[in-house]
Amino acid sequence: MSAVIAPATSRAARTIYLDYAATTPLAPQVLEAMLPYLRGGESDPLLWANPASAHGPGYRARAAVERARAQVAALIGADATEIIFTSGATESNNLAIKGALEFHGALRGSRRAHLVSSRTEHRCVLDSCRYLETQGVRVTYLKPDALGRIAPAQVFEALTPDTVLVSLMWVNNEIGVVYDIPAIARGLRERGVLFHVDAVQAAGKLPIDLREVPVDLLSLSAHKIYGPKGVGALYVRRKPRARLAPQMHGGGHEQGMRSGTLATHQIVGLGAACALAAQRLGEDAVRLAQLRERLWQRLASALPGLHRNGDPQACAPHLLNVSFEGVEGEALRASLPELALSSGSACSSATAEPSYVLRALGRDDELANASLRFSFGRATSVEEIECAAQRVIEQVRWLRELSPFGKDG
Amino acid sequence: MPIYFDHNATTPLDPRVLEAMQACLGGPYGNASSVHRYGRAARDAIEAARAQVAALVGAQPQEVFFTSGATESNNLALQGALATAPAAARLLYGATEHPSVLETAEALRAAGRAVEVVAVGRDGLLDWAAYETQLSRGPVRLVALMRANNETGVIQDVPRAARLAHARGALLHCDAVQAAGKIPVDFDALGADLMSLSAHKIYGPKGVGALVKRAAVELAPLLHGGGQEHGLRPGTENLPAIVGFGVAAELARDELERRAAHCRRLREMLEAGLRRLGAVTIFGDSAPRLPNTVQFALAGWEGEALLMALDRKGIAVSSGSACSSGKGEPSHVLLGMGWPRELAFGAIRVSLGPSSTENEIARFLAVLSELQALGAAA
Repeated sequence: MSAVIAPATSRAARTIYLDYAATTPLAPQVLEAMLPYLRGGESDPLLWANPASAHGPGYRARAAVERARAQVAALIGADATEIIFTSGATESNNLAIKGALEFHGALRGSRRAHLVSSRTEHRCVLDSCRYLETQGVRVTYLKPDALGRIAPAQVFEALTPDTVLVSLMWVNNEIGVVYDIPAIARGLRERGVLFHVDAVQAAGKLPIDLREVPVDLLSLSAHKIYGPKGVGALYVRRKPRARLAPQMHGGGHEQGMRSGTLATHQIVGLGAACALAAQRLGEDAVRLAQLRERLWQRLASALPGLHRNGDPQACAPHLLNVSFEGVEGEALRASLPELALSSGSACSSATAEPSYVLRALGRDDELANASLRFSFGRATSVEEIECAAQRVIEQVRWLRELSPFGKDG
Repeated sequence: MPIYFDHNATTPLDPRVLEAMQACLGGPYGNASSVHRYGRAARDAIEAARAQVAALVGAQPQEVFFTSGATESNNLALQGALATAPAAARLLYGATEHPSVLETAEALRAAGRAVEVVAVGRDGLLDWAAYETQLSRGPVRLVALMRANNETGVIQDVPRAARLAHARGALLHCDAVQAAGKIPVDFDALGADLMSLSAHKIYGPKGVGALVKRAAVELAPLLHGGGQEHGLRPGTENLPAIVGFGVAAELARDELERRAAHCRRLREMLEAGLRRLGAVTIFGDSAPRLPNTVQFALAGWEGEALLMALDRKGIAVSSGSACSSGKGEPSHVLLGMGWPRELAFGAIRVSLGPSSTENEIARFLAVLSELQALGAAA
């Protein structure tokens, strides 16, 4: 082994960030918008005041919170009164799922309750579902097909008279598959079943208009759309009104739905990020999809034994997930230190388990483990894609050379 | 220049805290749970902040869990401790606790748990005889008692409450949000098993707090997902805020003596002035109090009206907790201490900070004196 020298990097070893689905850098305009609420404004030095305080500075901080609420609402075609600020998407998803089930009496055993979700949801959705199972709620986890798709009919077939809520993500965070949320939403509305959508990876990538799509609850995160970490939102439909039991008590902030001092600067940052995302939506989506296809073409034309994970006909523009035959996943990632990317969700990266999303698609453990998730963003350049493709091609070839199975495989 | 006398509601960000935050707001940091190098740098910064927060309160870094703020910390402590205890085990909490404790207790009551208020006296201090009786009447899971009250600044004898609780096999949760950075707070000396902290009350950013937890205490998480913070608090870590909290905690520890002495001197000046005005009630003044806080009522004035009048003069104070402002209800803290509604309605809270000045105190007293004259004339 020691005689084998890894191929040198083709360019200077500068890290290429391809993990925009895990988190994005703060947009400079967003940071600009946040600063007066951190250090005080030039003409209004007390803008950092508590937005719940009943004095002038407090009212002005509150006004900034309300402007941000309108910006968030505008990105998704909602009314400002339908936006609840949270500490992030994990909290939004927890509040939506546990709050809806609790409100509908599921946790006190006063009724039999059923929840429908899927095997490829984000871990915070699955963990919320599992918690509810310990409280007596029955959960159906829909199984996607080999391309990661779930047909609307599959959702409707899973419903029972006890179904309180269906929770599905709009865009999968690992493979980028886009569910047909409008069709599912219309079907669930006809059937009178509450619908929660985790739209964390969809916001800013796909158009979302909740005037047209009858989703009842929808989760958003700021730090996936060039906003700050530590803040998210939950859309709660007013007509017809989606009802939730709050999960955090005290002070009655956010219409009693979510207590706690509002972090003005973070909320302002979320608002600014949403405004920017609305502005750049079309432009970003087209360019990111081009980068994605370029990377796939480069890899697929140079290397045999690749599998593109997820339906290429219905996938978000910013994600490409590829499994590599004949290499060991850990070795592949270790051989690409200059690429900041992930083998799946950052939230599961502490566990060495292969991705449950890829396994749900029917990939075996070995192939699921030998996978890379590339995710692109506003700063990703064609050069970076070319360079990353070159590195991956070199390293996969080299690892396959080393592998006892590589030459026949 | 406007006068800000509302430091118990929130504090300005210390420029040194902002500087540390800006390095990671704009810097090359990733998601702390990502294994690549950006992720690792974020992880290191979080662990450094955890050690800084631990040092402020004499805890071990592994006892500190970051949350989105003190409301979440209090919810996690109360809901989490009750969820891991038999259904009959009760929750006891002080009558003057913060709304995030009171309302969580109410939600637990609505969910079928036994919860009981422990009375306080006119001075705001716990009624020890009542407390001991309540402890002796069957199993108690948790006692929730704040170290210092956010409205009156009254400091509870938490070590004594903890000893009594422990003798009955109960845990003690201490909301130390207002105490931290104003008086020394030592997790071990308090005898607490759980303790809440907030960054934005100690010149750190909003949107981050901590729950300090002894290793042996079993808590059910409030949020499910991701496994961050050892599964006790999942969700992508709010890196800049956590880094800011760490720096704020370090500064609070370094500067505690100076800040406290400065505030105490100004507060004494303020109280002397208030007494000279006459017709002023200072709440909790016979009890040990935080050096920066004074809550009082001016005869003939309704608190909200006085607050608005002061606001028009560019002076920001509070009529109680920011978390209950605008509700048109008198302070539950003062009602809990047994003050009549009329007097409680008149309450104004002044909370000072290290940037407060003698001139500001003098101006405030002058404005109050004018308003008092107006009130008397009306």
